[in-house]
This record gives sequence, C-alpha cells and structure tokens, in this order.
Amino acid sequence: MSGGVDSSVSAARLVQAGHEVVGATLKLWGGSSDSGCCSVGDVDDARRVAQQIGIPHYVFDMTEAFDASVVGPYVAAHAAARTPNPCVECNRHIKFDRLLERADRLGFDMLATGHHARVVHPPGEPHQLRRGADPDKDQSYVLSMLGQDQLARVSLPIGDLRKSAVRALATELGLRTAAKPDSQDVCFIRSDEGRQRFLGSRLAFHTAMVVDSATGAEMGEVDALELVTVGQRRGFAHGEDGTRRYVSAVDRATRTVYVGRAEDVATRAVRFDPGSVTWTDTALGTDAPVIAQTSAHGRPSACTYGVDSDGPGVRFDAPIRPVAPGQTIALYDRADPDRVIGAAIAA
Amino acid sequence: MTSTEASPVAYLDHAATSPVRPEVVEAMAPFAAERFGNASGSHRMARDARVAVEEARERVAHVLGADPTEIVFTSGGTESDNLAVLGTLADRARSGEVIGAVCSAIEHAAVLEPMRAAACGAAAVLGVGAMTLDEVGVLPDGVIDLDRLAEVLGTHTVLVSVMTANNEVGTIQPMQSVADVVRRYAPVAALHTDAVQAAPYVDLAALTGACDLVSVSAHKLGGPKGVGALVVRAPNQLLPLLRGGGQEHERRSGTHDVAGIVGLAAALGVADDARAAEVSRVGALRDRLADELRCAVPSTVETAARSVVLPGHCHLRFAGVEQEELLVLLDRGGVCASAGSACASGAIEPSHVLVAMGVSPDDAGSAIRFSLGHTSTEAEVDQAVDVVVSAVARLRR
Repeated sequence: MSGGVDSSVSAARLVQAGHEVVGATLKLWGGSSDSGCCSVGDVDDARRVAQQIGIPHYVFDMTEAFDASVVGPYVAAHAAARTPNPCVECNRHIKFDRLLERADRLGFDMLATGHHARVVHPPGEPHQLRRGADPDKDQSYVLSMLGQDQLARVSLPIGDLRKSAVRALATELGLRTAAKPDSQDVCFIRSDEGRQRFLGSRLAFHTAMVVDSATGAEMGEVDALELVTVGQRRGFAHGEDGTRRYVSAVDRATRTVYVGRAEDVATRAVRFDPGSVTWTDTALGTDAPVIAQTSAHGRPSACTYGVDSDGPGVRFDAPIRPVAPGQTIALYDRADPDRVIGAAIAA
Repeated sequence: MTSTEASPVAYLDHAATSPVRPEVVEAMAPFAAERFGNASGSHRMARDARVAVEEARERVAHVLGADPTEIVFTSGGTESDNLAVLGTLADRARSGEVIGAVCSAIEHAAVLEPMRAAACGAAAVLGVGAMTLDEVGVLPDGVIDLDRLAEVLGTHTVLVSVMTANNEVGTIQPMQSVADVVRRYAPVAALHTDAVQAAPYVDLAALTGACDLVSVSAHKLGGPKGVGALVVRAPNQLLPLLRGGGQEHERRSGTHDVAGIVGLAAALGVADDARAAEVSRVGALRDRLADELRCAVPSTVETAARSVVLPGHCHLRFAGVEQEELLVLLDRGGVCASAGSACASGAIEPSHVLVAMGVSPDDAGSAIRFSLGHTSTEAEVDQAVDVVVSAVARLRR
C-alpha cells in the first residue's frame, strides 16, 4: 500500500471479497522524497486507510535492498549513458521478489498490489498477465518481467477497473485517498530536485559534441551526455533544413551525441541485452510474431522476435523511434494483444 | 482480520508506553473538566489550578528526593532531555570558552541529537559556540566504559549525560560510579541522567542525590503522555528553550498542563509505593518469559545479563529471524512487542545501541524487545511464549 488510491481500493476490494488481508507499506528510500511510497505522509495515508477498512498495517524497511538493486544500478546505468527503468527493477527485485518471499514466509497465499494490469488464472493453464482495463493507466509494461512462479501468487484487484471507477469506489467507501493525485516520475527523486541534480550529486557529468549523423555537421554541445536519452528531441536544435532532430545514439567513449531527422533515426531492429530476456510462460522460438512496447506508455508495435548470432532481439514491421539502451521492452501476444508474453532490456 | 484483532492481547511493550493506571485517570479527570483554570492567573479558578500544580510539584519532588523549586514540568522525556542538554550548554557557553560535553553512545536520541546538533553549531541561536562532544562507548555487556569516561573528562567538561537505564536493552548504568568519576575528573560538569525508562524500578531519590539533572516522563510510569519533569538541582542553572510567560521559574514558559502534571504526580506516587513489590513481581515474570523462550526456541540469545537489566526488560535475539517478520507474526498472535526504535514512518531503524555493544548488523536485525510492566500477567507470558515459539519455527522453516 503506497498510500495512493489504487492500492487503497485494491485492499478494500479484497476485504469486501472476504479475504484475510494485511496491508504493508515499503519504506524504500532513506533520502528525502515527496512522492511514491517513500514519504511519511504517504505511509500515514496507507495506515489510515488500513485502519478504516479494518486490516492491520505494517511498514517494511527495504531501503538497503532498494539502494543496492534499484538506485545504485539506476545511477550506474546513467553513468554508462543508458536509460534505465527503475520501476521495472523495483518490481523485479523488491516487490515481486523480496516482498513476495516475505509474504511466503509469513504464511500469506497471495501478494496483491494496486497496479493497473490483470493476472488471470485459467484452470489447468498457465497464469496470464494482461493489460489493465484502463488503456491510459495500463501498467502491464512495468510488470512484464514476471514469470509463472510469481504470477501464481499475485493478485491485481483493480486491473479490471478504469481509473475513474477506482476513484469512484474510493469515494463511495469514503477512503481518504479518493482524490489524491497520481504519483509521478521516479519515487526516489524529489520533484523540486529533479533527475539532473539527483544524478549530479552521484556521478560526474561529461560534455559531449552533438553531431548530425547524416551530414557529420557539429551542432553544438550538451553539458551532460549522462542525461541524454536515445530518441529524445527536447533540447536539441532543429537542423539546417528546419526539421526536428532526434537523438539516435550516445557514444560515451568519444563523447558524441548523434542526432538526425525522424526518418533517419528510425529503426527496425532492437537488440536485447543477452540474459535479460524473461518469459511469462514458455520461451518463444525464433521468428515468432509478437507486439513490442518500448516504454511505459509507448505505442505497441508489431515485430518479430528472434535470436541470431548477435543474440536475441526484435525486428519491427515498420520503422519506430529509436529505443534507448537500458529501456525495458515488453512483449505481447500478436494473437491476443492484451497478453504479456515476456520482457527484455534493450542493448 | 477482525478475528485476529479480537484475540486476547499480551501487551509486552511497556518500554514504549505503559497503560495509564486507573487511579491516575481518576486524579486527572477533574482537571480535564470542571477544574479548568489557568495556573498563572489570579482568580479562584486560577488559584485552584495553581494549588493543584504546586501540590503535584511537592509530590513529585518528594519521590525524586528534590526540593520543589528544583522541579521543572515539561512536555515529556524528550523535552526534559533537550532542556537539560541545550539549557545547560547555553548557560555554560556564556563563559565564551570552548566547552566540552560527554555522553554515552547508547543514549536516547533525545539526548544524542541535541548533543550532536550543538556540537555541529546548530545551537548557535542559544549562544552555544565552540564545543567538543565525546560519545563514550559501552562494554559488550551494555554498561558504560568507566575508564574511557574518565579519559575524556576534563576541566573544560561542562555537561555529562548518562542514562540511568537503556530504553532498548534495559541495561542499568552504574550512576553512583559515573558520578564519582565525573566529580573527580570534571569538577565543574553538570551530570544529567535520563531516568525515563528506569523510573518505575530504581530509587529515584538516590539518583537525584548523585546527579544534577534528572529527566522523567509520566507515560512510562502509568501516567499520561505529553508530560514529564526535569529535576534541576541547585545551584545548577540552565537557560530556557521555551520563552514566554516565564512559568516554571523562567525555565519553561507555557501554560501548565494541569491535568498532565497532576497525572504525573499520581503516577510517580503509585509507582514509588509499588516499587519494591513490582521489582520482584515483574522481574519474576520477565525471568519466566526469558527462561521459557531460551528453553523452547533454539539459538536464542539474551542480549544483556539480567543482573544489569531492568526487571521489565527482556531483549532477545533469535538467530536467523528478521525482526520485521517476527513482529508481524507476534502482532497477528496478539503479542505487542517491539524491535527497538521506529522512525517517523513506523519503519524499524538499525539500533545504535546494539551497534555500540558490538552486535553485528545481522544479529541486531533479529532482536526483539519484550518489556513488562505494571499490568503484566502470567497469562500474557504464557501467550507470548506460545506465539513466539510457533512464529520463530515458521520463519526458520
């Protein structure tokens, strides 16, 4: 229970359904924070909701594990000019690993969260992870790394609701979190501090030359290549032809940021980090038609999964904007597009 | 969950707070209702309140072995500690010389934090300038290292703070020996002791005899939360932290919490009358809890020897078990215990006390504090033993 409306309603629905429910809030970040599940105010909200719906509530301190598995790798990835997704790593290492293990040890059958996605348990068939009912809020992307072992023990009680319905239920139940704004951005970075200052106090920034990849023309400098994301447009000047420029690559070794026109930087092939591929159920064979989503709210695109001499990857049917190294790529079933089948990290 | 919440409760967290005694509630009740006067006024309602405060002051002074003028009523242990530390440092800083302060490494945060803040310059607003701070370690048994204390003391030392008994592990500090060392090596120093945790079980008058400043809090004694006292032995002086109407002889301004002060006096009185009997009754319950758990739960370590621990404290470590998980299972079994200190969010923080005692971080993470008190019963001990045995077995499975 993060102290937000989604987990509040999730807990309330489980109680309504007659389950024996215990609320837990994770303390993940020792530093200052004003959003997500790290602030005292949010913990108080979670505790008061728990009290209101009649369940016990505990705070679990997982700051050390969070630092080691999420924050440290987040900083290291930026230092390597990659763009990681810390929410995915938190789900992978903390919520659906450490917390799930704890739930097991304490004798709980299921772990429920307030994610907007659906877990379906068809009798005699593999457990399915599916997109949430609200297309604008769908969070199946950040859960796409879950496997059968985890899905068997996971419940997502609001996945079948639109956000407006979640808020309506919260209002109906009189929950204090009914009108609380959605959390934004990365929970361990204060909104008044921002990513740049957070990273700036933890790693050294390097200037880089901006080069038009088509003409080789130098287009000025950026102050910190560590803050540049492949696919980014904001902050880069238009080219001589007056069209927008997008980042196509960041070369840390030569301190060069390559930019180009949308049509030039578009890509069809995305390689995966070897060993980063996970499957919801069984592994796909090579040349399998799938749908890939390359960012949390990105547009799903048809592609083909395969493994060749360079390792695993996907080839898109039509060119897409370039994918930043370090980003999670969620794979969905071409024949059943709401169904997650796997995940990988872009090389 | 309602079935679990409705199960009988074994309240073994008296070190966090103790249930309010019925006689205390009775004594306080009129001042929460019809006897509402402001003790600083001049009419009949005010006089009534003022008389109640002064009668309470006399009772508190009597139990604490102090003169009534030496009692400063505060909002509780944290304020008493802050007033003792910062008020003394501010007073002594008026000399303009570099001043020295010393405390044990296992002090409550209410002493450690103001000490550290002052040493970092954060008490400049009070006039505290250059100062040194020495935090004296404890031996593995949880008792202050007197040799080390003697080493760091000097003529520049103006304040020494050593708690009477530790709130987490319960170790009783040899205050008379501490006082002897302080008087010998730091002749101008004021000696403060935080007696908040120890108050129900130790001879407070003897403590006041050995120290210059003594902090107590009502709610650890069966009194209400939000009220405490600081004994300031003459001729020690301190500067106030709260300035305003000049109450408490200019040492602590603010309208008197008459009901709370009356409650503190009542609680101290009852605790003092019951002391000898409670030391043996609660001590026997604690011994049984510790003995049965050590017997029934393999690899259970008692953090400190009972000979130096408060009668109500039972601090145990269950090897290989995570305290956060054990506390959940205890709570589900109706057993209220704790794992040392909790931060503002309610998460458990690593114990600086166990670190000071040389306990490894992993071992420290397996620690649970059971603390018994005036309402503790044999049945609660039985329930705790049953629940702990099955919970530890589950977590080790």
